[in-house]
Amino acid sequence: MRGYALYLFKRLFQFCLVVFIGINVTYLITHATPIDPVEQTITAATAFGTTSPEAIAMMRRSLQDLYGTGGSGFDQWLAFWRRIVVGDFGPSLSAFPTPVSTLIRRALPWTAGLMLVATLLSWGLGNLLGGLAGYYRRNRLLKFAGIVAMGVHPVPYYIVAFVLLIIFGYLWPVLPITGAYAQGLQPGFSLEFAGSVIRHSLLPTASLVLVGIGGWFMGMRSLVSNVVTEDYTVYAELAGVRRRRILGAYVMRNALAPQVTGLAMTLGAIFNGAIITEQVFGYPGLGSLLVAAVHAGDYSLVIGVTTVSILAVSFAVLLVDVLYPLLDPRVQAR
Amino acid sequence: MGPILAVEGLKAYYQMRYFGTLREVRAVDDITLEIQRDEIYGLAGESSSGKSTLIKTIARAIRPPLNVVDGAVRFDFAGQGPRDIYTLSAPELAATRWRHLSYIMQGSMNVLNPVRRIRHSFVDFAFRHMSLPMPAFLRRVEEHLGHLSLRPDVLESFPHELSGGMRQRVTIALATVCRPDFIIADEPTTALDVVVQKGVLEMIRRLQREMGSSVLFVTHDMAVHANLTDRLGIMYAGRLVEEAPTRALFRQPLHPYTAHLIRSLPRIGDDTPRHGLEGRPPNLASPPPGCRFHPRCPLAMEVCQQTTPVMQELAPGHRVACHAAAQGILP
Amino acid sequence: MWKILRDLLRYNWEFTAGVILLAGVTIVALLSFVSPYPPLDVYVVAPDLPPSMEHWLGTTSRGQDVFWQLSVAIRNTLAFGIVVALISRVIALAVGLFAGYAGGPVDRLLMSVNDTFIVVPIFPILVLFYFVMRDQMSWGLLALVAACLGWAYDARLIRSIALSLKTREFTAQSAFSGMNAGEIVTREHLPYVMPVVFTTTMNNMNWSIGLEVTLSVLGFTDVNTPTIGGMIYWANQHAALVSGIWWWIAAPVALVIAVFVALFLLAVSMNEYIDPRSRLARMGGG
Repeated sequence: MRGYALYLFKRLFQFCLVVFIGINVTYLITHATPIDPVEQTITAATAFGTTSPEAIAMMRRSLQDLYGTGGSGFDQWLAFWRRIVVGDFGPSLSAFPTPVSTLIRRALPWTAGLMLVATLLSWGLGNLLGGLAGYYRRNRLLKFAGIVAMGVHPVPYYIVAFVLLIIFGYLWPVLPITGAYAQGLQPGFSLEFAGSVIRHSLLPTASLVLVGIGGWFMGMRSLVSNVVTEDYTVYAELAGVRRRRILGAYVMRNALAPQVTGLAMTLGAIFNGAIITEQVFGYPGLGSLLVAAVHAGDYSLVIGVTTVSILAVSFAVLLVDVLYPLLDPRVQAR
Repeated sequence: MGPILAVEGLKAYYQMRYFGTLREVRAVDDITLEIQRDEIYGLAGESSSGKSTLIKTIARAIRPPLNVVDGAVRFDFAGQGPRDIYTLSAPELAATRWRHLSYIMQGSMNVLNPVRRIRHSFVDFAFRHMSLPMPAFLRRVEEHLGHLSLRPDVLESFPHELSGGMRQRVTIALATVCRPDFIIADEPTTALDVVVQKGVLEMIRRLQREMGSSVLFVTHDMAVHANLTDRLGIMYAGRLVEEAPTRALFRQPLHPYTAHLIRSLPRIGDDTPRHGLEGRPPNLASPPPGCRFHPRCPLAMEVCQQTTPVMQELAPGHRVACHAAAQGILP
Repeated sequence: MWKILRDLLRYNWEFTAGVILLAGVTIVALLSFVSPYPPLDVYVVAPDLPPSMEHWLGTTSRGQDVFWQLSVAIRNTLAFGIVVALISRVIALAVGLFAGYAGGPVDRLLMSVNDTFIVVPIFPILVLFYFVMRDQMSWGLLALVAACLGWAYDARLIRSIALSLKTREFTAQSAFSGMNAGEIVTREHLPYVMPVVFTTTMNNMNWSIGLEVTLSVLGFTDVNTPTIGGMIYWANQHAALVSGIWWWIAAPVALVIAVFVALFLLAVSMNEYIDPRSRLARMGGG
């Protein structure tokens, strides 16, 4: 138990470090550049006309407050952090005066849901198929799956999403290619709504899974081909333990541990993919929000989304780390 | 009843195709031996002499690129009649393993699944052979652990929580809990310190006596052989070069290589300098012609470079493959 | 060295396929130097022509020849990948070798920072960067920032090798013979990590090119410099797919996929060359 506590403490420290460095990089980017974000934002926000002078003054105040362009460097830094700690990113400029936090809260569940399903699917399927491919080396079908995975794996999200869009949007239009649910539907706990959500999530999920699965597949396959030569696997085979049991409890179980670590390490990159996918399929999550915010020149929203993504990814990583000892008991002893 | 194990003309080669050419490494080359019921048969030789490959082949625990090229491995477990282990179907093999034929593996430190409790290993390995309900099975396992001075709570431990000696005793318990007819032990004590090693050897001996099993015990350590085994086979470069009852072999080795192995043992009160053998074991991808030992042999003659010596029984139960010994020249 | 290359070409289909693909792409990129049209000009040819003998890959709605535009674009995209790879290699080598050699608390600290850069979602940060820089955003600046964010994974790999080298005899020998840490690391350890550096270069180029394409497609870079992503961006701006100008999109997508697959195959085959275990598996399987 003491081992686990120490492990938890280390992971918590790493979590704090990630948040600290991530947020400070954000701070650095917004403050070390030669451009005055306040004036630039105001120009961008007022370019559409009809903004009252009072609104502009209020905007300027709130912006100066947010970016902390007044005061010394340290004061600015402190002000930046204070904003983040209390979760107040000010009002959105493109959807004035809705607070940024409200917009993010609205978008976050879509991204989180999409990510969760896509990650679990690609991780689970990739590991399962990769494990089988590593164990049953001579199976033709699994070999073929390996070649497909190898081919799709290096292609970035955008291209895969785009190809799916072309196929299912233009060549064979059977699936909805934009939005999170059919227009005109009332969000709620109805069967129709749920069905629509699932139908709309198919393509974005498919593109994420298609790209994600290859890496897990290949990683697991090579891990398994190493684990099958480990003494404990060879020994279990010698003892005549059933193949299925060896595959599950010996080979997969042991190969899975590094894959969980791998999952924690790639969560950030998977998140990148979600942003692109949402943009391509018009999915109303954080990614779409971020892109829209950039196009609308909505500074506070961009900072808000960036910060929340860093926090969300770090938290997801922490969660994976905390669950890891369930899979590998040795971690507590280290 | 005949011998429990008869190996006949067994050849197992590593066959590799890389960059278009076939390479063969003759790790086990034409080996014939028999192991009787209720005896401990020792197998000795330097590392890379092929002794590990031989027992892997005997246990049918080989995978490509190692292939059996020729020969037979016949086991005769109680009343079943001799059968070549390579002709058994997969279910027959699974039914034989652990019930009749079990294995204590080299590097026993890593043979237990690191992510599962010891209890699961016992269930996986032995439960299906015991025809007992689970609670009774676990009681039997606990009792058996007691024979090896292990407390029942090791069942709930993970391997990394046990010391090296305890892990070794757990693997021995695992290999013997079904009271198998034949146990293959591959360097089971090599990684242990001397005190623990002694205890483990005594346990193996005691269990073997009590169960009446046969043990094929492999180690390069001649001192262990001297203390434990009933009969001893010496391997060199993939071949069996000498075989005799252990006492006879130590009293009068007939093969110069065996003599060298015995001479290199430390003895209390003996401080004559020990001479290493010149040269290295041959490359088994292209072994020397004739006797494989001749480049290093102090007794080498012309015939040794051309003709491979065959095993001859020179004394009752004492076989040797050496031209010099056949002519009565003793090392 | 040449013998290794020859063996790889002869017996490793991944390597051969990767080399052939990459050679093809490189030729297309090199052709940009003899392009008959200035790459930045628009309306130099008739717009929206399908592929023909005169315009092999057709023309765009902006009056550019797709083939020649593509050739400049892939040159810039490849150059971007190479620059990012070079800069991030330097950082990864410095951090990895130093952490591995120093060990102890220094190593732990550096690896904590390192893991942070592995985990942090880079894309939103780059978008933020673009958002702040706007018109000042240039190709070189993006390369620099991408390199500063994309070294961590490889640094960890290099560090694990350096860590194993540290316990080897020759390191102690060098230290006793009076070499300082810097000399030992650069003269004795660097050669050992070079193979891994080559492999990770391929992977890193894949990563950075993917990043560039994605950012450009969304319009979050300097879209006036012709790149693969930039081409797709302009094609999207002109709704090329809807109006049936499919060749404008298909050509850059196909070419960039060729680059990804080529680099990936090279990385896989080199990795196999480095890792004797997978080589052994191949021997057994063959």
